[in-house]
Amino acid sequence: MRLTIERAVLLKALNHVQSVVERRNTIPILSNVLLQAQNEGLRLSATDLDIEISETAHAEVARAGATSAPAHSLYDFVRKLPENAPIKLELTGDDPRLFISAARVKLHLPVLPADDFPLMPADGFETRFSIHPTDLAKLIEKTRFAISTEETRYYLNGIFFHTVVDGGEAKLRAVATDGHRLALANVAAPDGAQGMPGVIVPRKTITELHRLLADATEPVEVAVSQQKVKFTLDQAVLTSKLIDGSFPEYARVIPKENAKVLKIDNKGFAEAVDRVATVSAERSRSVRLALETDKVTLTVNNPDAGVATEYLPADYSAEPMEIGFNARYLLDVAGQIEGQDAIFELNDSGSPTLVREEGDADALYVLMPLRV
Amino acid sequence: MMLCRACAHLFENGEHCPACGDDFLLTHAELGALSIAHIDCDAFYASIEKRDDPSLAAKPVIVGGGKRGVVSTACYIARAFGVRSAMPMFKALKLCPNAVVVKPNMAKYVEEGKVIRAMMQALTPQVEPISIDEAFLDLSGTQALHRAAPAQSLARLQAQIAEDRGLTVSVGLSFNKFLAKMASDMDKPRGFCVIGRADALDVLAPRSVSALPGVGPAAATALAKRGWRTIGDLRAAGERRLVEALGDWGRRLHQLSLAQDSRAVDPHGERKSVSAETTFFEDIRARDALEDILWDLSERVAARCRANALAGRTLTLKLRRADFQIVTRRTQLHEPTILAARIFAAARELLAPLAEGRTAYRLIGVGLSDFSDAAAADKGDLIDTRTPKQAAAEAAVAQTREKFGRGAVVTGRALRSHDKDD
Repeated sequence: MRLTIERAVLLKALNHVQSVVERRNTIPILSNVLLQAQNEGLRLSATDLDIEISETAHAEVARAGATSAPAHSLYDFVRKLPENAPIKLELTGDDPRLFISAARVKLHLPVLPADDFPLMPADGFETRFSIHPTDLAKLIEKTRFAISTEETRYYLNGIFFHTVVDGGEAKLRAVATDGHRLALANVAAPDGAQGMPGVIVPRKTITELHRLLADATEPVEVAVSQQKVKFTLDQAVLTSKLIDGSFPEYARVIPKENAKVLKIDNKGFAEAVDRVATVSAERSRSVRLALETDKVTLTVNNPDAGVATEYLPADYSAEPMEIGFNARYLLDVAGQIEGQDAIFELNDSGSPTLVREEGDADALYVLMPLRV
Repeated sequence: MMLCRACAHLFENGEHCPACGDDFLLTHAELGALSIAHIDCDAFYASIEKRDDPSLAAKPVIVGGGKRGVVSTACYIARAFGVRSAMPMFKALKLCPNAVVVKPNMAKYVEEGKVIRAMMQALTPQVEPISIDEAFLDLSGTQALHRAAPAQSLARLQAQIAEDRGLTVSVGLSFNKFLAKMASDMDKPRGFCVIGRADALDVLAPRSVSALPGVGPAAATALAKRGWRTIGDLRAAGERRLVEALGDWGRRLHQLSLAQDSRAVDPHGERKSVSAETTFFEDIRARDALEDILWDLSERVAARCRANALAGRTLTLKLRRADFQIVTRRTQLHEPTILAARIFAAARELLAPLAEGRTAYRLIGVGLSDFSDAAAADKGDLIDTRTPKQAAAEAAVAQTREKFGRGAVVTGRALRSHDKDD
């Protein structure tokens, strides 16, 4: 194998793939990045056995070949090389190491055989569609904060993607919940997505996918099977196992008949929550909302740290009520609302509350109240 | 010194008690000078059942879960037939076919344990409970208050428990916790055993190393390989050799072999975990059989959590393989719990990959830790709407059993064996 590649090109590709590599590995080859020099360039692949990211980078390939080298060493080294220096990668039969050189810098890295590298089989995908990167990013951004980290309910450790018919339109829907809050977002279902199996994409995959989306310009090709999902973004391909479990019947969690409606300026509300939460207890972070006609009073009462109160003007005409929420959850939801006003649909102090953005039917949030 | 076990009179010498004339006497030179006690209820569950159903009095009674379950507690009559705790029920019934099997009623046992604990606490505030039927007491300084030596107070308590509660306890009296516990075990049931400073070393010397806390069968085998079979052997080996061979644990064993134990009776010792474990009569491979025992243990842990108003969030499963290797697995629940069903469900998931049918186990245990107030436990959340219902159900079951007796409600796994029994 012998090739020349631009530093910036190699760095970008390495940056995309190396983050799936775990820092500590019991299987040595999982610390490596697979390097395949082919006609179309240098293909780099990394995996943790659950997620695999591959990317093809433009390179002048003088002699095809393949090997695998320590991902983090290679990435750190390339990062520290002088800019604009073309990098040479070479593996000869004489030296069992990968030789890397740029300007006056030389590096020899130990390698492991490319044949031993565990690539995921790339077949068996039944559903294929393409989606605009901003749509996919929206589904992720609006829901990922609600993903659970709890191990016992592993089936909540990801975003549930599936298609629904909502208001006569086919939608691709993302849902995440940790039991305390639930986030739901829709986009118009892309052609070919209808009827795809509902899949739970794990948190780590979501993180990697979101990172790749930041650089994506072309529509993202999505392929789904019962066990795996594959995203193709420009030159990068992310393949991931799915969470093997069934996502709970989330529809019954979404309140349908909460009659008390509060409309409030979202930015002002978020700032007020943040202010009063200064004195909230570390563990519960609880904020009490007292609703009366056209007014909301926020109170945090923490015997150890003090009492904070703030009232805000709001549209509210139902009977007065009080309800408590975790301040962080309120801020997470407020952070998702881009427009002027947030709508709260409430029932009573013990029942789930629905929050959405005024005029946006394609995202909603459900919050479990705290006892205050 | 002599103590009349009938009337708790303490006197110098004689064939009969000078106060009541009884000859149920205990003689020990240091009777008036010892104040650390260990009290252990005799065959607690079985004794309660016998008390509440006099027709059982003369019969062998086994408390446990149905024909497919395991023995929780066997009364002394059943024990005479060879029935032991944690023995599979079918085996116990083979040994003792006439035994009456009673389903455990944890709520009742917990209640009884509380009453007895309150009686202990009337003697001294220095009561350190170890489990629902067992506690250490420090009676130092109570002589003036009760106008009686600790030994007398304990004899009275023993008689009072028998009289008021219809249950017997065994008492160990010594000068530290280690010896007090050993003593209570030496003269069961309804025992009263004293180990004094003068005789402690002689009492310990011939006893097997496995009588020491922390020395199980595996450790005993390891010690025996070095020629240390009795506590006397350990003492003779000396601290240096023990530490060389066993590290800090060797130092601790050496101290114990010299009857030294500096742990104080600590009534306020905050509970860090509640657990229950059992060693099997014979090794078990089948997951089903392990789960049967696990259900029994889960109910015990839940009952103790309920009694102490403690809800735990971390669940630990412990298994000891036939080769004495200990395997532990731990998981975090998404909220604190006091429910047997949730303890069992989480423990069962941890058990599944371990109990694949090939590995033989000799012990299983389950425990909860990371406690918070039980009032905030088992509330459920958006996804988990079953838990609050389950919590209400278990609370109701605990109440119903208390009111209408043991057979009133059979739940969970016990239902399976219940159905099959009928």
